[in-house]
Amino acid sequence: MASSATSDDMAAGPAPSPAPSYLFHRHALAVRVTHWINALAILFLIGTGLNIFNAHPSLYWGQYGADDDDARRWLEIGSDDTPAGQPYGFVRIGSLTVQTTGFLGISNGATGQPQAIAYPSWATFPSYRDLASARNFHFFFAWVLIINGLLYLGYSLASGHIRKDLLPRLKELSVSNIVHDIVQHAKLKFPKGEEAKRYHILQKLAYGGVIFVLVPGIILTGLGMSPGTNAAWPWILDLFGGRPSSRSIHWVFANLIILFIIVHLLMVVLAGPFNEIRSMITGKFRVDPEVTK
Amino acid sequence: MSGISRRGLFTASGGLLLAGCDQLASPGKLKSIVQSAEGASMRWQRLIGRDGLAQEFSAADLSPSFKVNGTHEPKEAEYQQHKAENFANWKLAITGLVNNPMSLSLAELRTMPARTQITRHDCVEGWSAIGQWTGVQLGLLLKAANMKTNARYVVFRCADNYGGELSKGGAQSTSLYYESIDLVDAFHPQTILAHSMNGAPLSVGHGAPVRMRIERQLGYKQAKYVMGIDVVSSLAGYGSGKGGYWEDRGYEWYAGI
Repeated sequence: MASSATSDDMAAGPAPSPAPSYLFHRHALAVRVTHWINALAILFLIGTGLNIFNAHPSLYWGQYGADDDDARRWLEIGSDDTPAGQPYGFVRIGSLTVQTTGFLGISNGATGQPQAIAYPSWATFPSYRDLASARNFHFFFAWVLIINGLLYLGYSLASGHIRKDLLPRLKELSVSNIVHDIVQHAKLKFPKGEEAKRYHILQKLAYGGVIFVLVPGIILTGLGMSPGTNAAWPWILDLFGGRPSSRSIHWVFANLIILFIIVHLLMVVLAGPFNEIRSMITGKFRVDPEVTK
Repeated sequence: MSGISRRGLFTASGGLLLAGCDQLASPGKLKSIVQSAEGASMRWQRLIGRDGLAQEFSAADLSPSFKVNGTHEPKEAEYQQHKAENFANWKLAITGLVNNPMSLSLAELRTMPARTQITRHDCVEGWSAIGQWTGVQLGLLLKAANMKTNARYVVFRCADNYGGELSKGGAQSTSLYYESIDLVDAFHPQTILAHSMNGAPLSVGHGAPVRMRIERQLGYKQAKYVMGIDVVSSLAGYGSGKGGYWEDRGYEWYAGI
């Protein structure tokens, strides 16, 4: 993402610059194809995951957790009535309760009527309560995510994509470089020229974090909720400390992935959506020269 | 400035988008492709651990309160009579593709060799509870009944007429609960007909007189109020033919995930 920062990518008007803009082959075909399959799979996994969560909108820590296990519940999305009899939605984390009426706990359904449901209908797939369909789709796209992810990893290891493009260099990990990149992002100053051809440290950390921590973690914690997998591979729950714990981490990782997607899309928009999206479809990325003033 | 507010337009287009998305979940080619994942998951799990045992816990891990789910008490007259008689005249019939059909009383089941296991019950909704179960291994009964060679599935017929619940999508069409498993799970050592829970006779809420424990699958496979066991070659002929009450309502027959 984040590289070229022209405000108007469509206008190819020649700038009075010594070095003209040119198209650079940025993303390999395998990366582009796996990116879009992954995007589709994750979109469905999030929508169906939120629908599945709605069937029991509480999270617990440890080996067991159900309605009466208040001591083990650390998060709940629900609804209640105020003393005056006014319904409200809430998110409760530990002893902290935040009112979230209209979004979480109580929201307008497809018909526009308020309904008591953890995640709102616009965020879930299907938009109505349907645990059975949500599960069908969730597990189908989980297979897609895993197979597609393995193909991506195989290609990226063999081609050197991970080593050359994603692995941070030691000097990039210096505090001053990271602070510099944060400042550049905050100023919405995106690299130009040769610098626009490679990922910078925040990108490397974000992509690497998703590829090597969040996605493997969400797959493992997902498998940790499967009783059949638990019997075959007990080490997964040994690692996470129980099925309710695994479910909790699955939810946390899902939220981090949602956060990543929001920031990712925001950066695409800020860095020049036409050029960025084209580079992930055709592979071609326009490199603008550095402006010297 | 226009007659239609931006927000109204946004809500309307959002509604159309949602309706379009929901179409994807309706029965059809796409849905059948999506449902093929169930077979993949089952074959994969059988590959990595056909004989794996579900984790067994210690008494210290027991849930302080084990949630009663599904039917809390069957209303049917036949069941109510059995309950009033403390299941003294209840008999478990093992029929179908067996050379030696059996009919066992609760007293007989209780005197048979039993397995006790402390395991975790995982509801499809997402909660888990740990309980101790004691009962006869299903494999032992099936061996005694001497199955015919074309036997492929074991069906559990239950006493309760069931009508669904909100968390699983709201009210469902009512019918007698039933469940089924294949022979791999039927002969798994932890597959038992539990007559006791946490050291006491099974309560009505948890499925008295006996319920299934199939420890590598989700809660809806753990049929309560079992009245009869049929050994069959096909699941057609029971409900809508998908092999269980919830399966007929869209849930996976293989509930190992």
